[in-house]
Amino acid sequence: MAKKELNLNRVSMPKQDPQERARNFGEVSLGYSKAQAIAEADRCLQCLKPTCKDGCPVNVDIPEFIKALREDDMPEAVRALKAKNSLPAVCGRVCPQEQQCEKLCVLARKGAPVAIGRLERYVADWDLATEGTPEPQAATAVRGRKRIAVVGAGPAGLTCASDLAKMGYGVTMFEALHTAGGVLKYGIPEFRLPKNIVQAEVDYVKSLGVELVLDNVVGRTELVDELFEEGFDAVFLSPGAGAPMFLNIPGENLNNVYSANEFLTRVNLMKAYLFPQYDTPVKVGRRVAVFGGGNVAMDSSRCALRLGAEEVYIVYRRSEAELPAREEERENAKEEGVIFKLLTNPKRLLDDGQGNVRAVECYEMELGEPDESGRRRPIVKPGTEFEIEIDTAIIALGTRPNPVIPSTTPGLELTRQGTIATDVATGRTSREGIWCGGDMATGAATVIDAMGAGRRAATDIDRYLRQK
Amino acid sequence: MYRILEREDLTPTIHLLKIEAPRVARKAQAGQFVILHHGEEGERIPLTIADWDRAEGTVTVVFMEVGTSTRKFAQFKAGDVVDDFVGPLGKPTEIENYGTVVCVAGGFAIATIVPIARAMKAAGNRVISIMGFRTKDLVFWEDRLGQFSDELIVTTDDGSYGRKGLVTEPLTELLKTRDIGRVIAIGPTIMMKFSALTSKPFGVKTIVSLNPIMVDGTGMCGACRVEVGGETKLACVDGPDFDAHLVDWDLLISRQRAYLDQEKTSDERRQHHCSGGGHCG
Repeated sequence: MAKKELNLNRVSMPKQDPQERARNFGEVSLGYSKAQAIAEADRCLQCLKPTCKDGCPVNVDIPEFIKALREDDMPEAVRALKAKNSLPAVCGRVCPQEQQCEKLCVLARKGAPVAIGRLERYVADWDLATEGTPEPQAATAVRGRKRIAVVGAGPAGLTCASDLAKMGYGVTMFEALHTAGGVLKYGIPEFRLPKNIVQAEVDYVKSLGVELVLDNVVGRTELVDELFEEGFDAVFLSPGAGAPMFLNIPGENLNNVYSANEFLTRVNLMKAYLFPQYDTPVKVGRRVAVFGGGNVAMDSSRCALRLGAEEVYIVYRRSEAELPAREEERENAKEEGVIFKLLTNPKRLLDDGQGNVRAVECYEMELGEPDESGRRRPIVKPGTEFEIEIDTAIIALGTRPNPVIPSTTPGLELTRQGTIATDVATGRTSREGIWCGGDMATGAATVIDAMGAGRRAATDIDRYLRQK
Repeated sequence: MYRILEREDLTPTIHLLKIEAPRVARKAQAGQFVILHHGEEGERIPLTIADWDRAEGTVTVVFMEVGTSTRKFAQFKAGDVVDDFVGPLGKPTEIENYGTVVCVAGGFAIATIVPIARAMKAAGNRVISIMGFRTKDLVFWEDRLGQFSDELIVTTDDGSYGRKGLVTEPLTELLKTRDIGRVIAIGPTIMMKFSALTSKPFGVKTIVSLNPIMVDGTGMCGACRVEVGGETKLACVDGPDFDAHLVDWDLLISRQRAYLDQEKTSDERRQHHCSGGGHCG
């Protein structure tokens, strides 16, 4: 076979026009056509020793699914992809592939790596649009007698539950909200991750035999120890984010000052963008400031635009280089017209005399020496205070661990940050029979990291139950 | 899905629903609340727990029609099912023997204070209850609260039943003349605020149950933040009970009014639909 010529340019992703999409909640990235997907898949070198897999927290068989895709054997592509990933339509959309699989693609040394994420999305969407893909068979009856409780139906819980179900265990997922999906439903907006896609992935997990109990706040409705009394042999805790962090500056409890969690929950989970057809309201006004520089800040700013705000600012205390958000999300936000106020930090929120926020007073910042995080430390430039008039403030600084489960489960060791102490490789906690993964173990992180934790815990739970 | 076993109208706009929810019933304690959610378009609304029956597996909630969601809930009949009924949420009310406890309640919150009075009585307290209403036609559960009270005082704003005046008047007299160990005050925010102002000079610890706007109700969103003793707290997980003398009442009242315009829009839309013969709720 002749040596394949390197193609260093990836097929670009069709997107909605920025002007147009900034005013609707339809998906921004439209997905590859079949021809585009096959053309991109054709760039893959099918390395004998593929490095891309090492970058994937759930070790998806990347060359295998891409090979099947380019040979137009879609059922095989789906099988190869879903063997390791139960939520491929989600991962294809929200994984930071540029820091994972694509970073390790050999083409990345010379040009653009294979667009693995986009191909994953193509295969997953084909699967969702097609009925009757054969499912992996549930395994032995011996395993089937053991039961596992999974607490929280977000990315970590869904992955752990589906892995265990595929191994043949009886799995029940307990979810606090009225719908499964966790951050995929309440946090990530419709235009980045359509909720019907999330629901289809949840339905897939249920199709594996996983029982889903909604409206159950473990730690309140039921205690972890009661789950063991009810006959569960192991418990995986993945309850997700807790209380939002605030800036701790004056004026933070004024009206129209939201945590990103509240703002996004209103918009995504409760569909406040369809108010008054939907009953939950949200207020944005004309000018919005979002504090923070991560993906959640980008999501909040882009939601605010779509809700009709005329000017939306991202206020971030460091410079562009330190912005933690994915480059793609940053670019999307910029294209849509979000204004970045970098090296800017809020001093206080000012009130309109009626209890509503009217403006934010900010300082200019400069960067000093690197701090313990390795990033250059932001320093206030004295005497540089200035005001930005706003109608709404959204604070996107991350979350704290939710104390409900630790405070009602004796013997669970915690870290200094209040997360549940776990062994990273297995997810084991200080208590026998209890595993933990996702934000409750690591603090705020990515969807795929949470999925990786769910996968590792499932593997270890299997090992534990076989020995028991 | 949670079946409604009973519906009762306590007044024309205050309704009781007894709901089959065994897991919630098994854990419910005085002072806790549930989140009720119904229909794809519905809000998540916190309602305090008025009663429960662990053997029967039921939980009773009482609510007043104040906006779109509560007006939708008012359409429920016995036999209907509610999509989501989550709880019990929040911390239970601290129950101890304080000697003499005064339970003050206004309007629909009578239903909230009954299980607290019951628990206080069971803990050995002498319970004096004060229940306040606007007018005679709105009086309910006098017998029920009376059952757990050593003394019961009823007030109406217009004097059409019981004593004329506000609940703070008998509260002041009791604080002046008796040795009171604790006051529990639950009702409209303004009533709780004035109960707090009434008891403060006497130095009697007073507990209120705050009802800020909530969304998830499980400590995730931060919508329900209140300031207590200069610190920001989340009513859904740190409360809903707080020390009344430390609450920033004006902030709470302001935050409760954050969506008045939207509430009006929603209500008008709903009433327009209803009068048009469309599908309601």
